[in-house]
Amino acid sequence: MIALIPLLPLLGFLVNAFVGRRLPKAVSGGVACTAMVASFAVSIAATWAMLGQPGPVRAIEQVLYTWIAVGDLQIPVAFRVDPLGSIMILVVTGIGSLIHIYSTAYMHEETDSEYARYFSYLNLFAAFMLVLVLGTTFPVMFVGWEGVGLCSYLLIGFWYRKRSATDAGKKAFVVNRVGDFAFLLGMLLLWTAFGTLDFQEIAAQVAPMPPEAGFGVLSVATLLLFVGATGKSAQIPLYTWLPDAMEGPTPVSALIHAATMVTAGVYMIGRNAELFSHAPETLLIVAIVGAATALMAGTIGLVQNDIKRVLAYSTVSQLGYMFLAMGMGAYAAGIFHLYTHAFFKALLFLGSGAVIHAMAGEQDIRRMGGLKRDLPVTYWTFLIGAVAIAGVPPLAGFFSKDEILWRTFEAGHWVLWTVASITAMLTAVYMFRLVFLTFHGERRAAAAPPSHPEEEEPAAHKAGVVTPPAAHAAGVHGVHGHLHDAPAAMALALVMLAAGSVVAGFVGVPAALGGGNRIEHYLAPSFTAHGAAAHDAGADTAEAARLRQGSGGQALTHADGAEHADDHIAVERTLMLVSTVVALAGIGLAWFFFVRRPEAADTVAARAAPVHRLLLNKYWVDELYDAAIVRPIQRASDRVLWRQVDAGLIDGAVNGAGSIVAGGSAVLRRLQTGTVRAYAASLLLGAVAIAGYYVWRYVQVGG
Amino acid sequence: MIITLNHYLVLSAVLFSIGTAGVFLRRNLITVLLSIEIMLNAVNLTFIAAARQFASVDGQIIVLFVVTVAAAEAAVGLALVIALFRHRETLNPGAFTSLKW
Repeated sequence: MIALIPLLPLLGFLVNAFVGRRLPKAVSGGVACTAMVASFAVSIAATWAMLGQPGPVRAIEQVLYTWIAVGDLQIPVAFRVDPLGSIMILVVTGIGSLIHIYSTAYMHEETDSEYARYFSYLNLFAAFMLVLVLGTTFPVMFVGWEGVGLCSYLLIGFWYRKRSATDAGKKAFVVNRVGDFAFLLGMLLLWTAFGTLDFQEIAAQVAPMPPEAGFGVLSVATLLLFVGATGKSAQIPLYTWLPDAMEGPTPVSALIHAATMVTAGVYMIGRNAELFSHAPETLLIVAIVGAATALMAGTIGLVQNDIKRVLAYSTVSQLGYMFLAMGMGAYAAGIFHLYTHAFFKALLFLGSGAVIHAMAGEQDIRRMGGLKRDLPVTYWTFLIGAVAIAGVPPLAGFFSKDEILWRTFEAGHWVLWTVASITAMLTAVYMFRLVFLTFHGERRAAAAPPSHPEEEEPAAHKAGVVTPPAAHAAGVHGVHGHLHDAPAAMALALVMLAAGSVVAGFVGVPAALGGGNRIEHYLAPSFTAHGAAAHDAGADTAEAARLRQGSGGQALTHADGAEHADDHIAVERTLMLVSTVVALAGIGLAWFFFVRRPEAADTVAARAAPVHRLLLNKYWVDELYDAAIVRPIQRASDRVLWRQVDAGLIDGAVNGAGSIVAGGSAVLRRLQTGTVRAYAASLLLGAVAIAGYYVWRYVQVGG
Repeated sequence: MIITLNHYLVLSAVLFSIGTAGVFLRRNLITVLLSIEIMLNAVNLTFIAAARQFASVDGQIIVLFVVTVAAAEAAVGLALVIALFRHRETLNPGAFTSLKW
């Protein structure tokens, strides 16, 4: 049954890839949506079956066949649904279904064949993503990992006639390859260390070991895996591809570059929680990278003017939050944020897609404004998403973000907590800047491009930002006059996701607020190593406690330490109050700067011009990478590899071989005189020589 | 005087040398062909002598083959000579050197 979950979207892909061209849009879209919804239904059934399992370790597994069998290396293609996997498949198929439905309306201006191509890619992506989360071994996960990267590339460059889109696709692919290479190395190192690549077997082997002090094999292996995660999940230093990935169709940004694929790195760490817990050095690096990424992306998001780019940097920032949680050993909190983030970020992207759709491809928020009246559904759902991500209770983002902040605070990492709190405020500011500039105030549709040309983004990006996607540029809807709100299919997805953004957080209401933090207890078995080793039930809690001790001495969750429980709850409640105030203050700031006194924002920007320019140019990281890596490689390829090695060495060897043969032949051909008598003479000489040899031998032997 | 195998062999060697010299020294293709015939017959003589000496018919059989081949060779050779003469108006083998690089 589990195998059906990825196979259904794969079937949808095959149908659309091979016969989609000849199908009308209703059929190809219908096939894709049906495949996803059916997969969602099977996911629910599988989760239900998994919940029916007895014991602390609830999981169902299906082994399909042995993929690789070389000596000791046995790699089966097996899928497994456990609590962690169940959340992932429900998010992927559930939100994936909504985004498929949304896409049927969003992409309706494409031709039939393009439409089918789009849905075939989307289904293929879902299939690979499900393989990634269901696989029981590293290699199977890696198949999904590479597959989603491929689909990401295909979908970013979907509008392949647009130069900036294909460039962005290539950038995403190449940057991901860098991470994937490290991931592969980490995988090989684990194989040499443990002799297995099965998640559970590795966890079972690593469980009895003490946490590694210093940088040993575990730390190096986990660090390599983490580098892979930074590529896939857009963390420092490999995050630069994600903002550019916004060149793809907006539903793709929602599904792949916000809700699912980019969370693969977080999932991977969660899946190997036991392993990462034994490498405290790596965990600390994960946490620091996560927090730094969250802050950096948040500051960049403050000043971007492309509606999707703001959301892209927001995604990078929120992923940083998830990694911070993972680095704190608060795996459940990280996965919880992954799950709530999937709702509200998909919602925000789809909302921005509805805006872009209505504005005929316009993405620059400086030319929007006042859309509240014309797009009520989009406005209200977008507002819910913004409130949720800002962390205002009781929406989903509050619970998950607060859990991360609390666990960071509890672990005693003051600096990281401060950074995360500042980021929380930045999140509220940039999200509400987006809301106010897009939906409030007056329409600035006819406004000229910005009056400060020097503040514009580099030309390469500008081209992609300003040029509307081909389909929308066709201009069915004028920018002027009446704008139409999201059509039914899009509105359905928006409303469903908005509902999800409101209620999704209630599964993780912390104990301090009278909830049981059910998601943490639900996920706990997935983060410890008793699946394969079949420990008894008592080992469960002991393992969990030891795990918490092991992961950097954070200790003490809400359950243990009874005498401190009251203090803890008081502190936790205070912190919640602080983060709520921070979120509201952020919203207030945004309101002040972008509604109350819009000129104040310009004043501040002018006063802090260098900072503003730094942020607008995204810390010049792209330019830095360009100068430090891309151009040296290009120059080396040009000057050395092409001119020296290829033109010099390789062409030289090939041409040299020809010249030697030609030169030798020029000498040898003089033997061929054309005079028959000369040939006869050589024949005779040869015969005499052979006869002479035999005579000589006869004399020697017989003589 | 008893004629032994050695006499035959010496005669054969002399004939063969005459033929070889003719192939190399004569400047007329027809004479060259005739010289080749002398060489072939020198060899035939050796075969026959050896066959008689060792009381074996093998040598005689081979001679029959050689005669056959020689007839064919003479026919083809003379045809070539006629063709060449029509083309070049000469039979000097030194004049036919165009089959080269």
